[in-house]
Amino acid sequence: MIPGPFSYHRPATVADAVKLLSNLGDEARPLAGGHSLVPMMKLRLATPEHLVDLHGIAGLKGIRRDGNTIVIGAMATQHELLASDEIGRSLPILDETALLIADPQVRYRGTIGGNLANGDPGNDMPALMMTLGASYRLEGTSGAREVAASEFYQGAYFTALEPGELLTSVAIPVPAAGHGYAYEKLKRKVGDYATAAAAVVLTMAGGKVATCKIGLTNLSETPLLAEDAAKAVIGTSLDPATLKKAAAAAEAIMSPAADARGPVEYRKHVGGIMVMRALQRAAGRAS
Amino acid sequence: MNDMTPTREQREAKLEGMGCKRKRVEDIRFTQGKGNYVDDVKLPGMLHGDFVRSPHAHARVKKIDDTEALKVPGVLAVITAETLKTVNLAWMPTLAGDVQMVLADGKVLFQNQEVAFVVATDRYAADDGINKVVVEYEPLPPLIDPFKAMAPDAPVLREDLAGKTTGAHGPRKHHNHIFEWTVGDKDLTDAAFRKAEVTIKEMISYHRTHPSPLETCQCVCSFDKIKGELTIWGTFQAPHVIRTVVSLIAKLPEQKIHVISPDIGGGFGNKVGAYPGYICAAVASIVTGKPVKWVEDRIENLTATSFARDYHMTTEIASTKEGKVTGLRVHVLADHGAFDACADPSKWPAGFFNIVTGSYDFPTAHLSVDGIYTNKAPGGVAYRCSFRVTEAAYCIERAMDILAQKLGMDPAELRLKNFIKPEQFPYHSALGWEYDSGDYATAMRKAMETVKYAELRKEQAALREAFKRGETREIMGVGVSFFTEIVGAGPSKNCDILGIAMFDSCEIRLHPTGAGIARMGTKSQGQGHETTWAQIIATEIGIPADNIMVEEGNTDTAPYGLGTYGSRSTPVAGAAIAMAARKIKAKAQMIAAYKLEVHEDDLEWDIDGFRVKGLPEKTMSMKDICWAAYNSVPPGMEPGLEAVSYYDPPNMTYPFGAYICVMNIDVDTGVYKVRRFYALDDCGTRINPMIIEGQVHGGLTEAFAIAMGQEIRYDADGNVVTGSFMDFFMPTAVETPHWETDFTVTPSPHHPIGAKGVGESPNVGGVPAFSNAVNDAFSFLGSTHIQMPHDYWRNWKAAKDLGAVA
Ligand SMILES: Cc1cc2nc3c(=O)[nH]c(=O)nc-3n(C[C@H](O)[C@H](O)[C@H](O)COP(=O)(O)OP(=O)(O)OC[C@H]3O[C@@H](n4cnc5c(N)ncnc54)[C@H](O)[C@@H]3O)c2cc1C
Repeated sequence: MIPGPFSYHRPATVADAVKLLSNLGDEARPLAGGHSLVPMMKLRLATPEHLVDLHGIAGLKGIRRDGNTIVIGAMATQHELLASDEIGRSLPILDETALLIADPQVRYRGTIGGNLANGDPGNDMPALMMTLGASYRLEGTSGAREVAASEFYQGAYFTALEPGELLTSVAIPVPAAGHGYAYEKLKRKVGDYATAAAAVVLTMAGGKVATCKIGLTNLSETPLLAEDAAKAVIGTSLDPATLKKAAAAAEAIMSPAADARGPVEYRKHVGGIMVMRALQRAAGRAS
Repeated sequence: MNDMTPTREQREAKLEGMGCKRKRVEDIRFTQGKGNYVDDVKLPGMLHGDFVRSPHAHARVKKIDDTEALKVPGVLAVITAETLKTVNLAWMPTLAGDVQMVLADGKVLFQNQEVAFVVATDRYAADDGINKVVVEYEPLPPLIDPFKAMAPDAPVLREDLAGKTTGAHGPRKHHNHIFEWTVGDKDLTDAAFRKAEVTIKEMISYHRTHPSPLETCQCVCSFDKIKGELTIWGTFQAPHVIRTVVSLIAKLPEQKIHVISPDIGGGFGNKVGAYPGYICAAVASIVTGKPVKWVEDRIENLTATSFARDYHMTTEIASTKEGKVTGLRVHVLADHGAFDACADPSKWPAGFFNIVTGSYDFPTAHLSVDGIYTNKAPGGVAYRCSFRVTEAAYCIERAMDILAQKLGMDPAELRLKNFIKPEQFPYHSALGWEYDSGDYATAMRKAMETVKYAELRKEQAALREAFKRGETREIMGVGVSFFTEIVGAGPSKNCDILGIAMFDSCEIRLHPTGAGIARMGTKSQGQGHETTWAQIIATEIGIPADNIMVEEGNTDTAPYGLGTYGSRSTPVAGAAIAMAARKIKAKAQMIAAYKLEVHEDDLEWDIDGFRVKGLPEKTMSMKDICWAAYNSVPPGMEPGLEAVSYYDPPNMTYPFGAYICVMNIDVDTGVYKVRRFYALDDCGTRINPMIIEGQVHGGLTEAFAIAMGQEIRYDADGNVVTGSFMDFFMPTAVETPHWETDFTVTPSPHHPIGAKGVGESPNVGGVPAFSNAVNDAFSFLGSTHIQMPHDYWRNWKAAKDLGAVA
């Protein structure tokens, strides 16, 4: 539980940070809240020689509304998401999800950027961003680009980030007024990652589902969008048979690992249950 | 009398003696972060040691290459078994009569076993060094399943025992067998089963878990080459025993060893035994002449320094059709891991497991225990438990429920029918114990009335019907547990550790101003001794508890004692305190008689001093007697006011309790909700009700954790899969249910103040209450027994196996 030696850098701008990262090469890692990276370093599962701390970069902070988009700086902490009135008004599902991440101590330090860039299938925010149709701004020495959340995740701890690139902000389209939402997460205790979790954002019209997106956390090497499951509920009033059909469609794309949370069969089964419960709760909230 | 004269109530209250909810005096420093723990000990020039550990569960160690490690800046030495052999310390004796490798000698026998000890100028350098030690292993087939340990072709684990057909506890049947222990009348029991109208049989496992105190095991060893003295600050529940053990194995004179247990952040049995870290730090300090600190991290603590339970108990009960039990037969397969390092009294290889007849009047019983080796960490410590009492209580309480189910009887009714009756005490159990006192039926009935037991059963019946009709996916269980503990080890006639009788001690010294210091052979790890011990003295000799300083843990100043575990402190040291106080009181009476110019027999005790019988205004307070003890004692009497008592208890004490747990389980996810938990404890005389309540809360929380998910689990290759707090279930306040506590008082007839001990009862009685609730919930679907732990996925699997989930 003792990390290896590393040197510490604290740049003041994004430009300096990406320059440092590209100069220092593979052995350098950005440091955000440190609540995923530092535990890995303590176990020596990660042994970066250089840490580039992003806390000195003012430009990575802040939450703002830009027309119909909410833009969140990478270094906004999970606590700041919870404290933001804007998020509470426009993206209440973000609050619901953030509250299910660890405990207040972790949320005071852990950032949205770190959570999204980490690439750990256990992180809750990535599937939610896919559900919300968010996109990430990535900046490197050769400039900035936008990548959709749904294109970002390639494998466990493996993302579209190029060496030397930083995730600087996330842009989330504000869901339609009157939308229903729910994040259902099954975990063993406070501070645990999901055994299975499902995010649902939907709209209802005349008692039937008009639009629907479903995201899944920790049920595969990457977060998943359950598209067939979402399709299955469109035009229905979420009767029991439809819910079962949606769960089955979602289960069909899950491939969780067996771990102390349970065997594969269990994790898929409760993944389906989370989908059904999230759909029902979201529908109950839609107007 | 003027208005200023305090009333009797005011005088009593001022003492804050027994029965008072006195606030814990130690909390003043703990809550301000001012405790002094081992890791707070920082000495000039102190070095740090840490272990290279085995990634394999079973492997031959071909070669250890420390060349690169020694090049790491700050690394001073790499100690291996070869180094330790030069001082004859490559192996150490265990408390259970086995030997244990200090560092891997030729092979490793469990994952994370200590292989080499790297000593460096700081903790970071030590860990950098660890990563540079190259160990060449040749993996061997691991033996993980205890039920395969005694197969003829099972791998040979302990090559050092080759050819040894006898161990510390008698004959060995197989190369992986440690001992067989039998108690009871086999013929009579077999006959009872032959004649029985009803029998049940179930293999009930109590899985492997770990005490996991907040503070891990640690020490600082400092050897003074000039004086030839070794000082050890350590997380020791039994500092005196550690000093004796160190003296015996390191061949250092005992007076030159100073063992100090400073504040301890929880022990729960984890800190009774001796671990390789202590030996290595001591050797490193002797070799380097500098202080050496060793501090375990959480993963090391969970995976290497001891475990608890791992008992697999095939249990049979014989009974009449009406539910009167007629016989009990239990066979235990006890998985001890790679070395038998159980911390039991020496003559008790399975601890006091023969308390397994529980609270019931079994006319006959027979018990046999087979201890075996596997490729798992050694230990078998008493996790908040008096030596396998938790296993025994779980075994009998689960089995009684299974019998009730078979008989179609209510489990509480079955218990009431079979309780040992108040008039049967002192009660001689079929497996050899003499229960001191108890009133079980009263406690059980009080519990049932408080929770409105009959109504709960009605609600359960209705919910079951609704479930069958498909109207709900929730099932409901009511878990009943009635436990009898055996604590206070123990009488010298049957309890010793390495030949030292398990007495305990107290020394009280009063100062002229009516204050004093008291020292004991026990060592608090959070139990609040500094508070409660002073309360006993306050009541006994009328000096306010606030004026008594309690000190434990320094072997140079405290009288010899066997330490704190097994709920023994109050039964044994608590008795020594009362006895020492009574010696003081006797001398005080002589001084008072002399000063009041009356005969001793003309005095009577009155709260905080003596008064002359029939002349209530003629009094002498204890405070004044203290002063007189230092200037005007009767002619011929020595001045001063102090006393020592070493107390050898005549018997154990037998606390008991009735616990009821109400739980709902969602079959689709396995998620449970503890709706209610009621715990009635009878621990005899209650010294500090608030501390008792705190102990019960803590023990119930542990019981909840153990029953509902906490385990040390190995995969088939011997890798620990629950080796950190991510996977080892340590509940937070969020998961922990609300606890309701209650009590009855049945004093121990043989204990000077009638107290029985309570610290472990909630862990002992809590686990069966939770497990019985889960099992009760599922029973209507056709199950008789579902193994612990009852975490979410296993509950779901139970529901699925029973056809309740598609
Ligand atoms: C006990 C505990 C429980 C937890 N439970 C949960 C949970 O249930 N759900 C959950 O989602 N999370 C959980 N977390 C993780 C927590 O949310 C982390 O804070 C988060 O995953 C990472 O954010 P961070 O700011 O701490 O990032 P860091 O740990 O600093 O970084 C994580 C990784 O991302 C990289 N990185 C960071 N920022 C950027 C950036 N802007 N651009 C490019 N790369 C970057 C780092 O180099 C590193 O590889 C838990 C953490 C702990 C300690």
